[in-house]
Amino acid sequence: MNLTLHVWRQKDANDKGRLEVYQAKNVSADSSFLEMLDEVNEELIKEGKDPIAFDHDCREGICGMCSQVINGRAHGPQEKTTVCQLHMRQFKDGDDVFIEPWRARAFPIIKDLVVDRAALDKIIQAGGYTSAKTGGVPDGNALLIPKGDADYAMDAAECIGCGACVAGCPNSSAMLFTSAKVAQLAIQPQGKPEAARRVRSMTEEAKACGMGNCTNHYECQASCPKDINVKFIAKLNREYLKAMLPGNNK
Amino acid sequence: MILDGKCPTGPIQQSWDKHRQEMKLVNPANKRKFKILMVGTGLAGGAGAATLGELGYNVEAFCYQDSARRAHSIAAQGGINAAKNYPNDGDSIYRLFYDTVKGGDFRAREADVWRLAQVSNNIIDQCVAQGVPFARDYAGYLDNRSFGGAQVSRTFYARGQTGQQLLLGAYSALARQAKAGSVKIHARREMLDLVVVDGVARGITCRNLITGEIESHWGDAVVLATGGYVNVFYLSTNAMGCSVTAAWKAAKKGAYFANPCYTQIHPTCIPQSGEHQSKLTLMSESLRNDGRIWVPKKEGEKRHPNEIPEEERDYYLERKYPSFGNLAPRDIASRAAKEACDDKRGIGPGGRGVYLDYAASIKRLGENTIRERYGNLFEMYEKITDENAYKEPMRIYPAPHYSMGGLWVDYNCMSNVPGLFVLGEANFSVHGANRLGASALMQGLADGYFVIPYTIAHYLAQITPGKIKDDHPAFKESKAAVENETKKLLSINGKKTPAELHRELGKIMWNNVGMARSEQSLKEALKQIPELREQFWKNLKVAGSGAEFNQQLENAGRLADFLEFAELFAKDALHRDESCGGHFRVEHQTEDGEAMRDDENFCYAAAWEFKGADKEPELHKEPLKFENVHLAVRSYK
Repeated sequence: MNLTLHVWRQKDANDKGRLEVYQAKNVSADSSFLEMLDEVNEELIKEGKDPIAFDHDCREGICGMCSQVINGRAHGPQEKTTVCQLHMRQFKDGDDVFIEPWRARAFPIIKDLVVDRAALDKIIQAGGYTSAKTGGVPDGNALLIPKGDADYAMDAAECIGCGACVAGCPNSSAMLFTSAKVAQLAIQPQGKPEAARRVRSMTEEAKACGMGNCTNHYECQASCPKDINVKFIAKLNREYLKAMLPGNNK
Repeated sequence: MILDGKCPTGPIQQSWDKHRQEMKLVNPANKRKFKILMVGTGLAGGAGAATLGELGYNVEAFCYQDSARRAHSIAAQGGINAAKNYPNDGDSIYRLFYDTVKGGDFRAREADVWRLAQVSNNIIDQCVAQGVPFARDYAGYLDNRSFGGAQVSRTFYARGQTGQQLLLGAYSALARQAKAGSVKIHARREMLDLVVVDGVARGITCRNLITGEIESHWGDAVVLATGGYVNVFYLSTNAMGCSVTAAWKAAKKGAYFANPCYTQIHPTCIPQSGEHQSKLTLMSESLRNDGRIWVPKKEGEKRHPNEIPEEERDYYLERKYPSFGNLAPRDIASRAAKEACDDKRGIGPGGRGVYLDYAASIKRLGENTIRERYGNLFEMYEKITDENAYKEPMRIYPAPHYSMGGLWVDYNCMSNVPGLFVLGEANFSVHGANRLGASALMQGLADGYFVIPYTIAHYLAQITPGKIKDDHPAFKESKAAVENETKKLLSINGKKTPAELHRELGKIMWNNVGMARSEQSLKEALKQIPELREQFWKNLKVAGSGAEFNQQLENAGRLADFLEFAELFAKDALHRDESCGGHFRVEHQTEDGEAMRDDENFCYAAAWEFKGADKEPELHKEPLKFENVHLAVRSYK
């Protein structure tokens, strides 16, 4: 199939940026979206032009590195799919495709489709862990965790930290991302002792990074390639409220 | 030269404990005087950096991705082994040790494998404490499943995303140290040289991938945890950025490269669909627990798999290896698939595929159970192939997956260059010639959490901290050399892109140095690789400049290293005139096609010393002794 691509080109953070048009010719329906871009880039290089810069790595939908807004949607039209797992059979011959980077104040553009997502690391560094020292921990079976809780924690833990929720949200909120980690650790006994401190400091950090608040648009869930549920935001809110209660504010 | 792995002597059961008692310690107040550079933030590097930071050392961690959380360990699906014996099916540290030594076809070091098996239990506890949501049963206990090469259920898992969950555990420990200020993380940096002063590792030279700036970093010790090199085949299951570069740069600075020819071809990958393809996707080996592998009995069968009756199917693994069946080790299952396809009974486009069939399991357990166990894998399969594996069998084919070879290290994980340590897939130590399933995660975390924190102290306790810093001339020289190489790559201005040349290298490697090798094919590869290297340096085209974000330049640099390394790989394969594990020489097989080892002549680790790109490398041998598991023919029948 043949496609017309409208790609966001921006040399660096200071450049203004613009959409440029490229033709993708003879694209195999079996190739992934990134493989289609690879082929376009090969052509650009041969023509002596600067290839399109985009982030990618595992190409198996798990590393969370790929990050493109395709036709206005983070990771493109297919639900629960990263760009690397989006295949060209989702498009039709002759389609126009608009490709842009993640857009959020907290994600400055590095080049073309590549953005800086260090803010997500900062949110985790603010408390997205249990303070377990290496060694000297109890036997794994000494902590019993009901299957339902383990499954709930796993549903939350599936977050790949790609930032699509932030890019999809009209407020550039990182609440889905933050809530997934908060919920995973709050439901399990290992994470409980620090739960109040964690939710407070992670929330504050998200704000400090320039992320907005949740106003229930549900775009984060719609953008999420891993189907992280907004119920975790509700959990985050409950945990936050609890943490703010008098006597819990330690 | 005969190499000494410095293994502890005496009964193996006490070897690690005794060794730990004998090693020197660094007192807590002195730890902060030392700076350790950790290159790579996967399971081994992330765990190592976090643990060393927690102990009080100054740690600087480097990764080429935008975040430490994206290291390729994240893609591991199936699980991690430990000898907990929770299922009460007869497991023990000894049995895990035994399975690993045997699985590796007797080409690993016994003492290292013992330690791995011993600390495996601590790993599970550690990860649970970090909040890793391992699968649990209804009573709340940890759940287990079985994996290739073992007859017990010792594999702990977190859906099909075990690697992700373990890595996020290590990453969160790392995040905690970053917040505490004990670890500084340098993301989007690629190590392009090892700085060696008077034979001792003193630092690294990196490229800042955003600005293009070449940076010098000094450290009292350098730890490489940079993963494997199977992207030398171009198509592999590794992430696009996985390369041999860091290890190869170290090799060019004197670190020996051991057993490069040992690579694992994983039996359950999604077959290649066309030339446009950039990588192959693995389907977890755990799928073989419930899936049955078969090909049609008839050559050139054209019917839809669901229309082929039971009696016309060849469940070849169950037929050839009745006691392990579909759970035969990876090298054996891969070769069996290749044989079926060479026999013209392969399925799918191009005949390079076999069926992995769930019909029987779905009938026995119900679709819901299968969905619960493997649902995400089925979804991934459907996205890639557009086929519903609940309704028809999956198609799979072997693909390059893991490298058992790597930089040579002694029992302390230190290379022959003092001050240079190597962890996880980047070293050569525990898997021998074949890695059993669910063992890579175990090694990464064992090295990172429970080995390097002890052994590095022994080294640091014997040196003066901060003796050589980045104002030493060796750093300037290294920086100049790296800048020079970058300029060279950019100035060729030929016609071929890095991707084109990489695909060509991949073809040479897969056809001649792949699943089966012969003297003839290896000699062919050794002829073609230098020719391609020459073409690379004459006809490469890289757009842009060095002083900017330039992904083509990154690819070109990695390919330049692969082109040198590939030759060593083929040389090692040619020199090892036997078959063992993932190294299968067609000249050495039994009548029914099983690998034939030659213990009399090849029971050693082959460690190669680099002498120059167009010069013969020098071979050093480390003899392997098997005192606890007797050398025997490996049989899974």
